[in-house]
Amino acid sequence: MSTFLGLPRSSGAPASPLRGAMPFPVAAKATVADSQLRRNMGNATATIRAKRAAVVSELPDWEALRDTGSAVKAKVMARLPELLEQLESAVVARGGVVHWAQDAAQANDIVTRLALAALPAGAPAEVIKVKSMATQEIGLNEHLQANGILPIETDLAELIVQLGNDTPSHILVPAIHRNRAEIREIFLREMPGAPADLTDEPRRLAMAAREYLRRKFLSAQVAISGANFAIADTGTLAVVESEGNGRMCLTLPRTLITVMGIEKLLPSFSDLEVFLQLLPRSSTGERMNPYTSLWTGVTPHDGPQEFHLVLLDNGRTNALADEVGRAALHCIRCSACLNVCPVYERAGGHAYGSVYPGPIGAVLTPQLTGITGHGDPSASLPYASSLCGACFDACPVKIDIPSLLVELRARAVDADRGGLAGGWDAAMKTASWVMSDEKRFAAAEKGMLAGRLIGRRKGRITSLPFPLSAWTSARDLPLPPRQSFRSWWRERERRDGST
Amino acid sequence: MTTREVMLQRIREAVTQGRESGGFAGPRPIPRDYARSGEHAPGSPEVISLLADRLIDYRAGVTVVAASQLAAAIDTALGTDSVVISDDLDADLARAVRGSGRSVTVDEPGNRLPAAELDAIVTVLTTARVAIAVTGTIILDGGDGMGRRAISLVPDRHLVVLRADQIVQTVPEGLAVLTPTAPLTMISGPSATSDIELSRVEGVHGPRTLDVIIVSG
Repeated sequence: MSTFLGLPRSSGAPASPLRGAMPFPVAAKATVADSQLRRNMGNATATIRAKRAAVVSELPDWEALRDTGSAVKAKVMARLPELLEQLESAVVARGGVVHWAQDAAQANDIVTRLALAALPAGAPAEVIKVKSMATQEIGLNEHLQANGILPIETDLAELIVQLGNDTPSHILVPAIHRNRAEIREIFLREMPGAPADLTDEPRRLAMAAREYLRRKFLSAQVAISGANFAIADTGTLAVVESEGNGRMCLTLPRTLITVMGIEKLLPSFSDLEVFLQLLPRSSTGERMNPYTSLWTGVTPHDGPQEFHLVLLDNGRTNALADEVGRAALHCIRCSACLNVCPVYERAGGHAYGSVYPGPIGAVLTPQLTGITGHGDPSASLPYASSLCGACFDACPVKIDIPSLLVELRARAVDADRGGLAGGWDAAMKTASWVMSDEKRFAAAEKGMLAGRLIGRRKGRITSLPFPLSAWTSARDLPLPPRQSFRSWWRERERRDGST
Repeated sequence: MTTREVMLQRIREAVTQGRESGGFAGPRPIPRDYARSGEHAPGSPEVISLLADRLIDYRAGVTVVAASQLAAAIDTALGTDSVVISDDLDADLARAVRGSGRSVTVDEPGNRLPAAELDAIVTVLTTARVAIAVTGTIILDGGDGMGRRAISLVPDRHLVVLRADQIVQTVPEGLAVLTPTAPLTMISGPSATSDIELSRVEGVHGPRTLDVIIVSG
């Protein structure tokens, strides 16, 4: 199976947590028109950008840390098979059980089977969950529910998304698109036992979540988590978090099931000294996140006494074989690239249709899903960027996202060559015909003046007939100038000649 | 072939394919040009004051006391709180915790406290393995005086007693003293969330109050 763009075409790709229902420009048109969303996103991303910039500037060796982070990740990709086997034997040696899952369906089946076996008879069929991109990517919650198990998200933002019957719009702050008033309404409507006098003050909202979830933490038998890092040589897993919901899930239940993408490895424990500096400063803009938990297999009398690790491929091997995909697998899911992206800030995460939105999502998503054809929403993602380069500067492991996006666009164009000309090709061919002849070009310049009439009222041109609509469907054109350069030049020559 | 074998086989093929297409430069040496130690010695006045600054920035409480003042400082800090400690807590510290008849529960092999009982106790007092000044991070590894992870998690307040010589300046120095396979908890301030409009609220599920007593000299 190939991950290259534009190969076999099929109509309508199946919707999944990684694949949206419509292409980015269509989805973005709707989200950009939502002024509440734009305000929420503008405030949130501006806040976190400032925090990140402040703590990054505190470290004089930041660039050296990025260089090391990048080199370590490259080494992980080159040595992935050995490192995975090493991790497996270290986890098993400490009493854990390792499972391998090629795709979402296999992973969901494994987790569901393990959870059903671990839930004691008579106990409520509930599991508590730590925020995890891997389990979102495979749609685990939906699968658990279909099998009679209620997954309870314990990260505050995930809880807001879950109770609001919503989908996440940011890797780190999944409810970033919601403001406090909306969150209050969701809690009052959906959270069992929410106090009737709940205000929209963030502290009150957080305390309401604490009350509700504490009952769950104290009685839960099974927890499901992801992992931020896995240390190959020791079998140690790490979860980085803020609220303590992670510690609760990783400590109190009898059984812990962790689902982890195979690319999350680090070769040795000492590599954490780099990544535990890069990740918190890049993601939440803190010197260190409040809590990091590290565990290796099972510790007798302390924490879960049954531990399962599910190693997930789900498209990663395809990505690994490919130059672009391999670079995207270096991602540590910090979300710094989302927060600095002018396109993400305005369109919001939902427009990308994938659990991985923003600049890295625009690279990673098509690599993980593969592209089924021109109509595949994933095929539109490499174009969801102005290529300004802010994401590359912000990336703690130096993924050159703009170059990867350009490469993916080039592949899309190559794959389309020789087929039926779309609007874009027709426009380019017309332009080439016009510009290769002086008379035709002069006539076109006169025609441009007509553009001043089309756009007169708005001061810009927002729609043109086919094939020029290929440009204006997602962009506005400025009004053409009153006078063309060539006409101005002729006048100037005349003036100069007469003096 | 098992799923495991299929996956490993495919990963091997992907890596080989990448190597042949020139994508992998091969294992290149990893540069380590970042600071692996700080300019200040562990336990120096500079690292103590840096750690205190960082912790206060996270809204933790910090008290620096001389060894001779420790028992009194613990007594003051605990006030009338009910307290849980681990059975392997240093005897002098345990005596200070009991003070003059405070309610103290000991978590020990024959009496592992269920989460619901821990939930009814106000404060947990523990020691720590190491602290990192530059990030305001305190690390517990389940060693003497730290107990099971549950006891330092469920009570609403966590009081940590730290010796000055346990404080290092940088992250690499801090991680270097750890045993990777121990159950490790890194704590940088009380629990917090920024999930509502990215405005920070201290105190969610973990202890809502973190207080640290640093024993200097």
